[in-house]
Amino acid sequence: MKVFNQLIMKDMCKSFGNLHVLKDFNLTINRGEFVTFLGPSGCGKSTALNCISGLLNITSGVIQVDDEVLDNGGKVFVSPEKRGFGIIFQNYALFPHMTVFDNIAFSLSVAHRPKDEIQKKVSEVIRMVHLEGQENKFPSQLSGGQQQRVAIARSVVMEPRLLLLDEPLSNLDTKLRTEMRYELKQIHNQLERASIYVTHDQSEALALSDKIVIMKLGKVQQIGTPKQVFLFPANRFVADFMGYKNIWNAKIIAVEETDGIRKIQVESYGISFVVHSTIGENKIVEEALLGSFQKGTDVLLASRPDDISAGIGQFNNMTAIVEGTEYLGTSMQVTGMVRDGMPIQARIEPETLVAAKGTISLTIPPDKLIVLPKVEEE
Amino acid sequence: MKNRGWSLETAAMVLPAVLFLIVVFIYPFIYALKMSFTIGDEGTVTFANYIRFFQDSVEMKTVWNTLVISVPVTILTIVLAVPIAYYMRNGIRHEKLVTFFLMIPMTLGVVLIAEGMITYFGRNGWLMLILERLGFIHERTGLIHNYWGVVISLFIQSFPMGLTILIGYTRGIHPSLERASRMLGATKSQTFWKVIFPLMMPGILIAFCLNFTSAFSVFTSAIMLGQATSTTRVMAYSAYITAYEYFDYNFSSTICIMMVIIQFILIGIVFALRNKLYKGASSVGKG
Ligand SMILES: Nc1ncnc2c1ncn2[C@@H]1O[C@H](COP(=O)(O)OP(=O)(O)O)[C@@H](O)[C@H]1O
Ligand SMILES: [Mg+2]
Repeated sequence: MKVFNQLIMKDMCKSFGNLHVLKDFNLTINRGEFVTFLGPSGCGKSTALNCISGLLNITSGVIQVDDEVLDNGGKVFVSPEKRGFGIIFQNYALFPHMTVFDNIAFSLSVAHRPKDEIQKKVSEVIRMVHLEGQENKFPSQLSGGQQQRVAIARSVVMEPRLLLLDEPLSNLDTKLRTEMRYELKQIHNQLERASIYVTHDQSEALALSDKIVIMKLGKVQQIGTPKQVFLFPANRFVADFMGYKNIWNAKIIAVEETDGIRKIQVESYGISFVVHSTIGENKIVEEALLGSFQKGTDVLLASRPDDISAGIGQFNNMTAIVEGTEYLGTSMQVTGMVRDGMPIQARIEPETLVAAKGTISLTIPPDKLIVLPKVEEE
Repeated sequence: MKNRGWSLETAAMVLPAVLFLIVVFIYPFIYALKMSFTIGDEGTVTFANYIRFFQDSVEMKTVWNTLVISVPVTILTIVLAVPIAYYMRNGIRHEKLVTFFLMIPMTLGVVLIAEGMITYFGRNGWLMLILERLGFIHERTGLIHNYWGVVISLFIQSFPMGLTILIGYTRGIHPSLERASRMLGATKSQTFWKVIFPLMMPGILIAFCLNFTSAFSVFTSAIMLGQATSTTRVMAYSAYITAYEYFDYNFSSTICIMMVIIQFILIGIVFALRNKLYKGASSVGKG
């Protein structure tokens, strides 16, 4: 089918009775993009995917491909088999009564394509997913990884203009998962079509995506490149999801902008911190905070355990009472308390000597701290 | 796991089941088989009963009657139960209530259903009286005490069982298979015939066998709702009167053995058909 330039979702809503599973979902996917829906279980990722696939009708809003409307929550509804999208399910959904060949050939045979064309195309994708020699086996005779490959081949053979993947790797063991992740990206690149990938695994999303859509309770929290969402989370939820384990209440004391650097002085639990950020690098948060970069505003101060080190630096020094340590090989995880109600997690040099119940000096570089809006996101 | 082979405990656990099988099925069958090959009390082995069976035009007609009742009832049950089971696969509204009403005939028993049907469809039943009162008919005939009476009552008994079995099978088909099929471009009907139906096949065969064997041994309905001496004289009835009215236990045994054989032949035919259909379906597009 014809490659599209843009898949557009405008104010897409989906309810099951009184349960509003998707709320004002807005997203544009460009040709060739690999987009990930990331969020905890139950946040509506699969529902969003199924609305795009046409397996579910949307309640309101619009889904369109370039200027062809697929679903407008009313009269217009293009049924799933006419959308030309391929889907790969978490459980693969292979047809148990068909051989590998017949599974892969399914889309071509229901379209009544000539036999030699089917033969040729199926052989091609079998080579692409490395399943040579398995053509006459039944799905039950294959390993999990091989079944996954059949599922991929079966979707890819129809040359879908969009590939939808619903947690496709979650049934595989860790090692295979990393391998298949790489192969999936290769296949996506070969196809030169857009893909939407659903996962609750932050590292998968970061590794694969051009664009990540972070969701919570049916609402989009942030859309951005892996780097944007990782370095500049828009709110507390995203920050937490991206590994900012230290999130403290704070107040802005002073803001100063020089040489393209914004220097924010904040106070948290009586400790003074300095935050440096490049102006214009983190537009979403800047916009949200525009009115808030002022003296006296309540904000959140967040940092990742990896960015904290033992010792004393130029700025942002604290002393914490150690509650526990875990040796992780390349680092040591320290859990401690800076003040009452101000816990801290840090990953420091593994060789550092830390006495249990003792104290430790910790420091955070100013450019590794971030300020988040305090408003409770929905 | 280690294969422990046959231990004393295993034998002790299996023994009651084996004994049960021998007492309830195997011994009576062998006894009947022996009876069917003898005449009177002589005890010499003879094919006379079987020759008589195949030469007796009444018995041949009886075999025909039994098939003409049981095969259509079974087919009708399957043909109706398959789409309904498919429709009910993801649950329906008021499912408990619907299931309850469907299951009633199974619990009522044959006699009660027959009596109910006589009250409704008999010559003096409500239906005929109403039709006469409304002027649609001038002479009350009754819809029962003929072939249709038996067929309808058998259907009422066998449909719930067939449907129950098939619902179990359709629910066992993961809903994602149907979605996958749609996403691969198959229409609803292609999805049904290429994915759902083949996966329902084992259930269809089981439902067919169970419904067919129960319909084939029809007895009560044939007497209460048919004309057991002529148009609905079935094999079970024939075996019964041969034994208890003519006291010819040997020939009665022959009829019973023939019932078993005919059932096996029919089930064999159905399985052969299935194999042929299945092979045809799965070889499409293979190189
Ligand atoms: N068919 C449905 N009917 C009612 N509720 C549903 C249905 N499908 C999903 N939900 C609900 O919608 C929410 C989101 O589900 P889902 O999209 O599967 O989440 P995710 O894929 O992110 O784990 C859940 O609370 C789930 O219970
Ligand atoms: Mg899901």
